Amino acid sequence: MSLYVDIKKSLNGFKLDVSFEAGKYTTGLLGASGCGKSMTLKCIAGIEKPDSGLIMLNDKILFDSKKNINIPPQGRNTGYLFQNYALFPNMTTLQNISIGLSKHQRDKVVMEKIEKFGLSGLENRYPHQLSGGQQQRVALARILAKEPDILMLDEPFSALDSFLKWQLEQEVINVLDGYNGTTLFVSHSRDEVYRICSDVAIMSNGKIDTFGDKKQIFNKPTTVATAMLTGCKNISKAKKINETTIEATDWGISFVVKPHFDDVNFIGVRAHFLKIALQNEINSFEVEVMKIIESPFAITVMLTPKGKSIPIYWEVEKPYWELVKKTGMPKFLSAQPDKILLLK
Amino acid sequence: MDFTPLIISLKIAVVATVITFFLGIYAARLIMNMQSRWKWLVDGIFTLPLVLPPTVIGFFLLLILGKNGFIGKFLLNMNIRVIFSWQGAVIAAVVVSFPLMYRTTRGAFEQIDMNLVYAARTLGLSEFKIFWKIIMPLSLPSVGAGTILAFARAMGEFGATLMVAGNIPNKTQTISLLIYTAVAGGDMELAMRWVFVIVVISLSAIFAMNIWTQTQSKGGGV
Repeated sequence: MSLYVDIKKSLNGFKLDVSFEAGKYTTGLLGASGCGKSMTLKCIAGIEKPDSGLIMLNDKILFDSKKNINIPPQGRNTGYLFQNYALFPNMTTLQNISIGLSKHQRDKVVMEKIEKFGLSGLENRYPHQLSGGQQQRVALARILAKEPDILMLDEPFSALDSFLKWQLEQEVINVLDGYNGTTLFVSHSRDEVYRICSDVAIMSNGKIDTFGDKKQIFNKPTTVATAMLTGCKNISKAKKINETTIEATDWGISFVVKPHFDDVNFIGVRAHFLKIALQNEINSFEVEVMKIIESPFAITVMLTPKGKSIPIYWEVEKPYWELVKKTGMPKFLSAQPDKILLLK
Repeated sequence: MDFTPLIISLKIAVVATVITFFLGIYAARLIMNMQSRWKWLVDGIFTLPLVLPPTVIGFFLLLILGKNGFIGKFLLNMNIRVIFSWQGAVIAAVVVSFPLMYRTTRGAFEQIDMNLVYAARTLGLSEFKIFWKIIMPLSLPSVGAGTILAFARAMGEFGATLMVAGNIPNKTQTISLLIYTAVAGGDMELAMRWVFVIVVISLSAIFAMNIWTQTQSKGGGV
């Protein structure tokens, strides 16, 4: 493993307690705003100092509270892409890229990076004269010119509108493909993390909730935080009835699930895994439609289980919705046993 | 018309402004990097001359610089007497103009996006380089405005100067002091002439400040 992090830090009542390892590929840190993702990156970069713990990068100790080692950010050789890119407004593209380089590095690397990132002709422009995409390329060129040992991207797309976001994401993916070091990608968007990363760490309240292969985590979340952050809209407290049955107590519905489970306190059902059903079908339950929420290409229907007030969300694509409208609102929905998420 | 008071005023104000310029920037940087919980107190002391009556400042300066004051004694041993000299007037002007420079500069420093500083650090730039290549250039509009304000304040200083440097014609008598003396002596015409001079200088300072801020915000890529 090329990056090892095990740190603790408390700050204004918030406790960060993170430990993970990452190899020479892209690891995503997914979590809600304020869960400690950025703080983790800042601790690795040396911008913030953890209260205790150990940070190692390629066998080099960056921080070790026991040995009293805390290398300043200048000596860590990390590449940090900020959400707003943090280009120096008083410097041109050329100056921004070359300021962190020594004299002999400069002549060699700068022109090559300008070429590679499609910045030719923009050398003498100031950041405010560049488009968002160009700014991102300057920022990436500036970071990669230093050949950092680790690349950290801190919500690089969250301030952009969706079209530009898509474009810049593709550019970043290309850059990451050509970089063979450890990359950490911080985001609160599960879609971005899924597209860009191979491993995912789900963060919640300053801790790593789940860590592992992204497919595994998105398909079979095992904790409430992970289910929520991977987009599961329906989560209920649950009680085991027998080896194959569990009751969702918030909804007052019993579900047949795949057998042999223990230690399950919640269940989750993804909104698009719900199907229209007949009364006597497996796992079917009676619902009342409360509200219909229309998005550009999908419909989300808010329903309540019969006699309960906690809503369940059901998501369908628009063409299907047109059919539903013709036949009338469903009275029963169901979820297949293997689509029900059993959560700790 | 004898221009000696104008020359004395300008000499004192220019020297004081140069000193205030560096002191103010240094103090702003000091406070910005300060982690101590006594930061508020140091900031309060730095700002105090802005709100204290000039006579009180003059009083303190006499205590410190007088022949029994701890700096005054030291200077006397080296055969330097600042009380009732133009250097004394410079010290008074520095003290009263310092908070203006300090506060404007500090305000500018604090408005700088900290991510720029963080980014610079991860790029390996030394703190010295970060300050002179990033923080200072980005703060230049405010630093310039602060300098002009400090100059105008030094130029118009009266109370503390009178107490520390006295009102000695051809030596420490600045325009402000001369106007006071002229009015006290009933020479309204002389007072009026110098009032005109000081109004012109002050207006020019404001004018210069506006032009400076405008050119800074237009060009320079900021």
